[in-house]
Amino acid sequence: MASAHVSRICLAVKNSVILSRWPAISKRHCSSVSAMTDVIGRIDEKRQQALLGGGKHRIEAQHKRGKLTARERVNLLLDPGSFIEYDMFAEHRCSDFGMDADDKKFPGDGVVTGHGLINGRITYIFSQDFTVHGGSLSSAHAQKICKVMDQAMQVGAPVIGLNDSGGARIQEGVESLAGYADIFQRNVMASGVIPQISLIMGPCAGGAVYSPALTDFTFMVKDTSYLFITGPDVVKSVTQEEVTYEELGGAKTHTTISGVAHGAFENDIDSLSKMRQLFSYLPLSNRDSAPIIQCEDPRDRLVPILDNIVPLESNKPYSMKDVIFATVDNRQFFEIMPAYAKNILVGFARMNGRTVGIVANEPKVASGCLDINSSVKGARFVRFCDAFNIPLITFVDVPGFLPGTSQEYGGIIRHGAKLLYAYAEATVPKITVITRKAYGGAYDVMSSKHLRGDINYAWPTAEVAVMGAAGAVKIIFRDGQEAAEREKEYVDKFANPFPAATRGFVDDIISPNVTRKRICRDLDLLAGKQQSNPPKKHANMPL
Amino acid sequence: MAAYMNATLQQIRLGKSRILGHLRQRVPASCHGYQEHVRCYAVAPWDPSEPTFDKILIANRGEIACRVMRTCRDMGIKSVAIYSEADVNALHVEMADEAVCVGPAASKDSYLNMDRILQAIKDTGSQAVHPGYGFLSENMEFAKRLADADVAFIGPGSRAIQAMGDKIESKLLAKDAKVNTIPGYDGVVETPAQAVEVANDIGYPVMLKASAGGGGKGMRIAWNDDETREGFRLSSQEAAASFGDDRLLVEKFIDNPRHIEIQVLADSHGNAIYLNERECSIQRRNQKVIEEAPSTFLDESTRQAMGNQAVLLARAVDYKSAGTVEFLVDSERNFYFLEMNTRLQVEHPITECITGVDLVQEMIRVAKGHTLRYTQSDIPINGWAIESRVYAEDPYKSFGLPSIGHLHRYSEPLHLDKVRVDSGIKEGSEISMYYDPMISKLVTYGATREEALATMGKALDTYIIRGVTHNISLLQDVLANPRFISGDISTKFLQEEYPDGFSGWKLDQREETNLKAVAGCLYILSELKAQQFTNQTRVPPTPISWDQSQLSIFIDGHRQDIVVQMGDNGGKVLIDGQSLDVDISWSTAQDVITPTVNDTTLCLQVISCDTAGNIQLQYKGTIFTLTVMQQEAANLQALMPEKVKPDLSKEVVSPMPGKLHTLAVQVGDVVGEGQEVCVVEAMKMHNSLFSSRDGKVKAVHFVEGDSIAEEDIILELE
Repeated sequence: MASAHVSRICLAVKNSVILSRWPAISKRHCSSVSAMTDVIGRIDEKRQQALLGGGKHRIEAQHKRGKLTARERVNLLLDPGSFIEYDMFAEHRCSDFGMDADDKKFPGDGVVTGHGLINGRITYIFSQDFTVHGGSLSSAHAQKICKVMDQAMQVGAPVIGLNDSGGARIQEGVESLAGYADIFQRNVMASGVIPQISLIMGPCAGGAVYSPALTDFTFMVKDTSYLFITGPDVVKSVTQEEVTYEELGGAKTHTTISGVAHGAFENDIDSLSKMRQLFSYLPLSNRDSAPIIQCEDPRDRLVPILDNIVPLESNKPYSMKDVIFATVDNRQFFEIMPAYAKNILVGFARMNGRTVGIVANEPKVASGCLDINSSVKGARFVRFCDAFNIPLITFVDVPGFLPGTSQEYGGIIRHGAKLLYAYAEATVPKITVITRKAYGGAYDVMSSKHLRGDINYAWPTAEVAVMGAAGAVKIIFRDGQEAAEREKEYVDKFANPFPAATRGFVDDIISPNVTRKRICRDLDLLAGKQQSNPPKKHANMPL
Repeated sequence: MAAYMNATLQQIRLGKSRILGHLRQRVPASCHGYQEHVRCYAVAPWDPSEPTFDKILIANRGEIACRVMRTCRDMGIKSVAIYSEADVNALHVEMADEAVCVGPAASKDSYLNMDRILQAIKDTGSQAVHPGYGFLSENMEFAKRLADADVAFIGPGSRAIQAMGDKIESKLLAKDAKVNTIPGYDGVVETPAQAVEVANDIGYPVMLKASAGGGGKGMRIAWNDDETREGFRLSSQEAAASFGDDRLLVEKFIDNPRHIEIQVLADSHGNAIYLNERECSIQRRNQKVIEEAPSTFLDESTRQAMGNQAVLLARAVDYKSAGTVEFLVDSERNFYFLEMNTRLQVEHPITECITGVDLVQEMIRVAKGHTLRYTQSDIPINGWAIESRVYAEDPYKSFGLPSIGHLHRYSEPLHLDKVRVDSGIKEGSEISMYYDPMISKLVTYGATREEALATMGKALDTYIIRGVTHNISLLQDVLANPRFISGDISTKFLQEEYPDGFSGWKLDQREETNLKAVAGCLYILSELKAQQFTNQTRVPPTPISWDQSQLSIFIDGHRQDIVVQMGDNGGKVLIDGQSLDVDISWSTAQDVITPTVNDTTLCLQVISCDTAGNIQLQYKGTIFTLTVMQQEAANLQALMPEKVKPDLSKEVVSPMPGKLHTLAVQVGDVVGEGQEVCVVEAMKMHNSLFSSRDGKVKAVHFVEGDSIAEEDIILELE
């Protein structure tokens, strides 16, 4: 299988333009014929060499690990035939430790860079080649990456990085470190200007991990990718801890425990096709508006199922995913961080073809409360959407912030403030639907009217209050008498949407089945929204 | 706490119904789901000047409540629905003129709660009660309490209910009324020895069954003396455990019988008629799946003989109202009385279709004391009617295990002629764990059986049900079975035809090729659609040529390479050396698509079609999963490692601090994957925790009421 693929590449090169056109020209310049044919031969040779990366054996070894080569990945990610490559002839310039030997030089130097199309829209791309020096980063390698990043910034198009690298090119020493820093600087400059996506498709360790960490999204391939600062061997020698690669930095660790990765996929092919899906939701840059795709799901469709999802018993759970699926176009929701802090749901969907960012409390998990992890998860997503002109739709059913020492010691005040900050700072259209509970400070945080929510709806099942009735009564009436009656009074007053509606904190109480129709209309209305924050060097968010 | 909760809930409910009531006006009528149903009864118009009830309470839910209400509307009678808390948004509540909540979700607290129902009758001033089927429909005490309260029971008197409710008594009565009964011992068998003696008198095989029984419990077949003794012991134990009554009877076991029943209608003036038969042999676990009227098996003389005996039995118990006499019919057309159901049957619509009689209307008239409007000679057999019971069930598991969920898309095939759908749900409804998972009764009819069957096939193809698993695949498969088509059926049909269980429609070579061709075109169409951005004009889109797309299609892990050439009028698909023309005059957004492949028009439902080429097509009710990708990707697919099934956790861990509210299992219990094992209350919310794998409970570390910290292991599996 592998060799068949390799020979196909060679065949493609033989048929290329270079071989057929140059000889015709060279006939007219007889004196330089031999020199020219020599050059042509070398170009061809280098090109073939570049296409083969680290060579047939290394490619086979890569395949045996269940991984595809850098070029195979690029071809699967981009529309067929759309890839234009840069710097195919770049080579490293290191001469120490015998690196200047011919067999240590590979054209392209371990990374494939260029641009291409995904569903007809441009993206820049770099794909590290593990078959060349283990994909290690040399200064030439870094320069290639920096070149596409620079151009992507100027053009205004996303950068997708496919990481598969053993780390720094140790033979190059500090030059390699400089290369990393050059990339980091560009990651930071590009942040909020163009979407940056990292897909970890092999090892990514040491300093290298900070480039993905600086990008907007980091995804991993299950079982074949790792992310860590120091590997298991160093961990053992320093802390005596015994830990496997998978436990320390595998996809499961980073998608469920650390929250470093935003999602993990089955294998290379699955991952790349999911990246194409994600890409379709994103604008090319912060100068572009959220993409709109032709929509066949009627914008004014009534959604009767929404009338039946929220249980009448306020302590009974339900899944907010059912609400999201029912509301958005074609029941399609691209969830970000589905396995981490599951008490909040974030992800992309479309409403009448337009990309929207969805943030929703999930009553099915931990009652949908806000805690440290869910606040951070929500905040980062809100800021991404705000940076890239993606309207936010927030579904609220939140009983409050999670109490307890572990939360307080962990800094829930600081972390909870991030979500509050992100919503308050956001100037994109913000539409909020309170499906049931909106209690306490968490009510304020979840895209409330007070944080410049543009359009805030309550369903008839909504309760906007400082807290539940029992707790409230205990505080208001410390004598503990007539508790039941007083609770009833509190429930009558607050366990319904009226208190918020009479004060204008929600714009309307809507029947759940019209939610889709209303949001689609609102998004068209708010497409013309203009709002800006005061000029400043940058804000100082509670990190 | 509980008192507080109740008070709060009550408040919420009151508050909410007020708000919902207010809001409801805004929802346009089209959202309300109940379309005008096609009727195939009430051919003889009812005389509006005839006195009738002003208001009827329907002591039931779901489709039968809606069915009864439709006739009430026709007759100008106000209807009152009762509902449980779980049914507050149900269609029958919406359809009724008035609705009363009679208790919590569990049937025993609501639909079987006589006190609450009687109170509702009083409060609403209802003059009569229609009990539907199930619940209180054959409850003597209920009938009696209604009589005491001077409220008409739309059904037979309590005497008939009692007489027919006991198997021994009903058999004796039937025998006295000269109705054929299964040879057996008239009375209770006391000892194993007596059972053997009786069995030898009757001749093997024999059936031992509980006198108070039903639903197959306490029933056993014996082929010899040993089995009889063993069966006696087991059946009487089971009967005692299930019904608190260990009386047994012994009768001849009819091998390979058909289940054919006669609909009767009687009034309180001594008139009784039969409305022909219904063939209900297609059953699973003693529950009917497909019924038809008339039966392919009965000749006119057998029909008459059965009908006359049914009428005799009705007269013998002074029956008034609609009832059904069930018979077993053997291959020689000998028929034996099985039991009489003193209520409206689930499958009554097919009788209405072939006779034109509105059975509910006649039940109401009879309950008011009127005489029947029909004599025996008025009852025709007009054509043929078939009923399929559409269930929210997974037919791959023992022919149907319940599935629950919300119906996010639901559309009945009422666009077809000669289709009647009796349902109690609409788009958005929930199929809950509390009640029968029936979605609807799909009835088709026609001049001939062939016509009715053909319509049924089309109706099932275009019936859109999303959100729950349904049994349409099983129904379609039975309808296409040559034995069923020829009418050669018995109550053992499903076991005989699917000895290893049902596993979906089996594609033949041509069907599979056609599905692949359609999937290939769907893939190209959805790829083209994914480029239709309307506001991304900064970079001019590069038109990508889809000429000669080299695709690979995987179905059940098998790869096939195809070439698709898409044109304006359709796709040309090269597959297996043949060239197929696929028309694409449909949209991928349609729920039902009807692509024509060469000359064959398929009726398919696109369940899902994502940009990664995962396509799910529903064909003949069965969902087929096809994966389409570029051949280049397919070549690389072989390099992808096989995934070992992850070791699912053996522990159930609390995701958050809280209190252990309920514990559903004990040490030693066997739990299934996804089964709820406990509920943790936190932040006043009940969070269900589920077992992530199959296994036996090894240890439980907490008891109900305990406080639990985050990450605490609540229980462990072996």
